Amino acid sequence: MRLRRIKAIAVKEGLQIVRDPRSLMIALLLPLMQMFMFGYGVSLDVQRIPLCVLDNEASQQSRDLIGRFAASRYFSLVRALGGQRDIAPRLDDGTCRIVLVIPSDFSRSLNDTGAGRLQALLDGTDSNTANIAANYAKAVVSAFSISLQLETVQRKGGVPQSLTPVDVEARVWFNEELESRNFIVPGIVALVMAIVGAQLTSLTIAREWERGTMELLISTPVQPMELMIGKLLPYFCVGLADAAICLALAVFWFDVPFRGTVATLFFTTSLFLLVVLSIGYIVSVSIRSQVGASQIALLLTMLPTTLLSGFAFPIDQMPALVQGVTFLVSARYYILILKAVFLKGSGLTALALPILCLALYALVLVVLAARAFRKTLD
Amino acid sequence: MADVVVEARGLSKRFGALTAVDRLDFTVRRGEIFGLVGPDGAGKTTTMRMLASVMLPDDGQIEIDGIDVLRHPERTKQHVSYMPQRFGLYEDLTVDENIRFYADLFEVPPQVWRSRADAMLTASDMTTFRARLAGQLSGGMKQKLGLICALVHTPGVLLLDEPTTGVDPVSRREFWEILYGLRGEGVAMVISTAYLDEAERCDRLALLHRGAMVHCDTPAGLKARMPGAMIEIMAADPRPLWEIVRTLPGVKEVLLVGTGVHAHVDDADRRLPEIEQAIGAAGVAASRIARVSPSIEDLFVALLELNGKRD
Repeated sequence: MRLRRIKAIAVKEGLQIVRDPRSLMIALLLPLMQMFMFGYGVSLDVQRIPLCVLDNEASQQSRDLIGRFAASRYFSLVRALGGQRDIAPRLDDGTCRIVLVIPSDFSRSLNDTGAGRLQALLDGTDSNTANIAANYAKAVVSAFSISLQLETVQRKGGVPQSLTPVDVEARVWFNEELESRNFIVPGIVALVMAIVGAQLTSLTIAREWERGTMELLISTPVQPMELMIGKLLPYFCVGLADAAICLALAVFWFDVPFRGTVATLFFTTSLFLLVVLSIGYIVSVSIRSQVGASQIALLLTMLPTTLLSGFAFPIDQMPALVQGVTFLVSARYYILILKAVFLKGSGLTALALPILCLALYALVLVVLAARAFRKTLD
Repeated sequence: MADVVVEARGLSKRFGALTAVDRLDFTVRRGEIFGLVGPDGAGKTTTMRMLASVMLPDDGQIEIDGIDVLRHPERTKQHVSYMPQRFGLYEDLTVDENIRFYADLFEVPPQVWRSRADAMLTASDMTTFRARLAGQLSGGMKQKLGLICALVHTPGVLLLDEPTTGVDPVSRREFWEILYGLRGEGVAMVISTAYLDEAERCDRLALLHRGAMVHCDTPAGLKARMPGAMIEIMAADPRPLWEIVRTLPGVKEVLLVGTGVHAHVDDADRRLPEIEQAIGAAGVAASRIARVSPSIEDLFVALLELNGKRD
């Protein structure tokens, strides 16, 4: 391996990147756009669920209850329905996700027997939202019934006591506001880095084939390893710039708390960059057209990173087999590291295992990338 | 033969059912320009690619400077320079940057390649274009730049695949001047061409047809192999001449050339007066009728016919 040849290829590739301002702009703007798209598009917080009510009683108590729903930030009261037959159309056309039905004997049964009944109809097409909405609805109703009981006790001249003798005060660490954005955004950084990183290198070899420069290049004594290192170096620099953009956006725009050190962040990001740049390079070697290579690279990075990395879907809730597969997704380790560095401020020692996995992953891929290239036209 | 630099034996390459190169045997010596001639699809480019070891043969052997190319493809690459048919330099790099890139890949000491590049750029009138992007050069200059890049590391073997296709006649002449200079320095050259006038400038020629070698000799030797003789008839309007001459006895083939026709006959002494007579009888104007030495094109057609391979 000769340093001079590596340098020659890196310089050549760097000149080509700089001379093509359009693709350089894309390389730097794409992550910016994707950060905003995903950052605002992906939110697992369910708020202001559209709600319709069918109040068959129209009593003081039923209005109180509806008022509590309307006041909650989890629901937004869209409209009051006139009758039973209005329910299905409203759920169908998406006016609301939940319909609260208050029976005509609601307060009577409540005052007589101390137990009232309500019906909540939910749009289950988005089961996640439906689940959360049902739980929020229960919470609103139970708060309503507690205050109702307190009132009753007071009216009877008793001393109000806490009705729940044991109270759990849960305190959430690391993400105190339980803001989903705080754990989603580090995942988005990983997603964007995976997509952009592989895109950067996916074109580099395919372009030489398309432009006809490869035939001459492979007739020279350049070695595959030299070619790979020389080609990855300039894109590694572009990738680090992209990483800086993404991470800065995460901290300064999306206000994700950053408790770790910049050094840990960039060390681990470099490892991840090596992985995704190598993936792009291998694709570029195997597919000799730029369009094809770019699409395969997108598929290979975006799908596993969104689905199998724990970015949005918790890994421990996947079937055992799929959980096994996630170990092969490099973003899994990087997202774990990013979340820990951002929210917990973890250092290298605490993250030794995922860092080791990521490093091993990078090593294997770099070797594969170096070996993937064949110096023949066949 | 101590000065044999390139030796191919039984060289074959197949693409599926198609045999692109069929058991080629040839040698190229130091300071020799060896031409591969043939129509498109004759296997010229495939042969070049195998010599440059960018493509693996299915059968046969190649030795360059005594090194087995199939066994040590990377070692031979130090000795060989290859100019592919399609422009292989970086169009978004300048003339200087391209030269430097190839000098670096071949690890030529900086002072050596700088002085070589200076000399070659001066010789080819390109010093003022050093900072120009290669993509903005004319076709002829692109080819000259390709040659300069190929020569920056003083190769022992130079492989040129149709280097002058699409190049204007002046640049072509300059290009050949450079090649003659290299011949003087002892460089072995293999050049493929579809231009038959260019083939005549080679020291030896291999006529290829459908991947196989039809003949291999010096241009003079090839001409001597041609049976019969060539008679040239000049006329302002050669078309009626062609109609008359092709029907005469003893005429094997009549080719339209720019200013007349070339008739391939079995016996020049006997047929020349007969042709003269027939033209006179038909009342067609002809300015000159004479026996000429055949061009490579005449030769190619005649030799293929001789081998019964033309269709």
